[in-house]
Amino acid sequence: MMNESNLLAAQLPAPVERSLLQVRDLSMRFGGLLAVDHVQFDVHRHQIFAVIGPNGAGKTTVFNCIGGFYRPASGTVLLDGHSIHGLPSHRIARLGLVRTFQNVRLFKNMTVVENLLISQHMQLETRFLHGLFKTSKYRRAEAQALERAAFWLEKVNLLSVANREAGNLAYGQQRRLEIARCMITQPKLLMLDEPAAGLNPQETRDLDQLINELRAEHDIAVLLIEHDMSLVMGISDEILVMEYGRPIAIGSPDQIRNDPRVIKAYLGEE
Amino acid sequence: MPRHFFEAMLVALLAGLLTVPILGIQIQVEGINVSLEGDPLPVLLAMAAVFMARLLQIPLKAVSGVIRMTRRVPRPTHLPTAYRLILIVLVIVAAAIWPFTASRGAVDIATLALIYVMLGLGLNVVVGFAGLLDLGYVAFYAVGAYGYALLSMHFGLSFWECLPLCVMMAAITGCLLGFPVLRLRGDYLAIVTLGFGEIIRLLLNNLDELTGGPDGIGNIPKPSLFGLEFARRSSIEGGTTFHEFFGLEYSGADTVVFLYLVALVMTLLILYVINRLIRMPVGRAWEALREDEIACRSLGLNPTTIKLSAFGFGASTAGFAGAFFAARQGFINPESFTFIESAIVLAIVVLGGMGSQIGVILAAIALTALPEIARQFAEYRMLIFGLVLVLMMIWRPQGLLPATRPRLELPAPAETL
Repeated sequence: MMNESNLLAAQLPAPVERSLLQVRDLSMRFGGLLAVDHVQFDVHRHQIFAVIGPNGAGKTTVFNCIGGFYRPASGTVLLDGHSIHGLPSHRIARLGLVRTFQNVRLFKNMTVVENLLISQHMQLETRFLHGLFKTSKYRRAEAQALERAAFWLEKVNLLSVANREAGNLAYGQQRRLEIARCMITQPKLLMLDEPAAGLNPQETRDLDQLINELRAEHDIAVLLIEHDMSLVMGISDEILVMEYGRPIAIGSPDQIRNDPRVIKAYLGEE
Repeated sequence: MPRHFFEAMLVALLAGLLTVPILGIQIQVEGINVSLEGDPLPVLLAMAAVFMARLLQIPLKAVSGVIRMTRRVPRPTHLPTAYRLILIVLVIVAAAIWPFTASRGAVDIATLALIYVMLGLGLNVVVGFAGLLDLGYVAFYAVGAYGYALLSMHFGLSFWECLPLCVMMAAITGCLLGFPVLRLRGDYLAIVTLGFGEIIRLLLNNLDELTGGPDGIGNIPKPSLFGLEFARRSSIEGGTTFHEFFGLEYSGADTVVFLYLVALVMTLLILYVINRLIRMPVGRAWEALREDEIACRSLGLNPTTIKLSAFGFGASTAGFAGAFFAARQGFINPESFTFIESAIVLAIVVLGGMGSQIGVILAAIALTALPEIARQFAEYRMLIFGLVLVLMMIWRPQGLLPATRPRLELPAPAETL
């Protein structure tokens, strides 16, 4: 069975077509600084793909370019075969690519449930008159939205704090809420920017499990930036290492662990 | 202690310098001669007051600290829905019966207060919910007022026919302005809207042929009750007036009461619409936008359309209130639409607590009714106004009645989705 699918894959015209996210020749320039220098990689369906590198290597800039928050200087980005290069970020999000932020960006003065309702904005009945007169269609849509919110709150274990203001949650809870808020939009690709930053070892293990669950149950691919090496090496299928904006290595965790360039970048020479 | 004393002296001196132009110079009018006369007493009093306040600041702070510790900020109360409904109905009934018992002057002031309630509620959506600082709000108010005045003058349309048209005109103006400027944020948006407000006022002042310039437009008809006019004699040949129809004695007070009731109905309508909107996805999106625009974008919410909807809705509310204002006054000119009006409405929103409906209503009533009651202090109105705002910023920056978050009851989570 395994061999057969591999064979099929080999017969396809180009492996490129299979990938969910395809980044080619991506460069980003801030004035004289080349923050991202010809980065390219593919994220396949169902894959957990990690981008690692020392601070300032340009990892978050790559995220911002893919997500439409920056306008890259050059390169192409395809999501599911469609070019998303140059689209505004909210259009990209609607195509199924959502992200979390390095320093959690929740709607802090709104409750946890409200945070989850907002992210369903695009799937809800937003027509003015329906809402104004509380038509049955509107009520149904709202009830479904609350149901989805409850489902995800249970998934990330936040049901007990549903009506608390998001800004008052503990840091780990805020991180989980941010992931739930992304997942409720039913994305194809979830981008996590340092999801384990600020978490304790137990929370990090829970996160590891959560990410694996999301992939297994909700048919998504995950692209993540992370400094926690045990997490990255444990869950990633493929890793891209960056240094000074340039990709220096790409491969499986084992390959990366033993790559002399990576060791040099992280530990320095001698 | 000597340091505090020295500081207090310095502050008093500064206060003296600042208050000289306001309090120290009196205008003397003798016949046609106007002269300025220095009067040191009020300045000295002010300096003494500031000196004492500064000197006693530290003991006062200790006292207020104790007060604050014992009296906590009131917890948001969640009354059961039935009680709330009864309370709301009672308040509405009381507000509807009250004008029949009150004096004509009081009802008139209450009508004015209701206009500010409408304006405050509208601006609350823009500033309080969507977080867009709009300093030119009065422009949309002017569009509504002039819209009604011109439509009735040139096309003979009645108030009720004009009302939706004015709302639409104001909303369109709001969107037209909003489209180019909404990529600005915070202070920059405030400056542009401030400019826009002035542009509208200057246009009204200078488009003599259309708007009558500084002379304004007069003889604007009052609203009618299903075609029944409130006048001694009908303006149309063969028309019936209100008092003739019901066989009553003609009384000017009827008009005042009727205008008040119209304003009340309009305010309730706005309240209902806003209350629905903020519980709808679009209302939540407004708040989300205020909280974090980048997060909104990352979740697929288009910030431009959300901002435009908030701006357009706020503008249409102002147009709604403006049309009523023109009908109530019967005469409008650009002087009614100066920057100070925008500032007052903004102060109402800030004072009431951004995003809080009841707070805004109370603040609007307080800010319009109090100056009328305390007429003898009219000269110091702006001074007191500023002082209140400064004190609010120090002690209660969240407003008198800050908004509370709605509690949402969650269904039991389903096993799968």
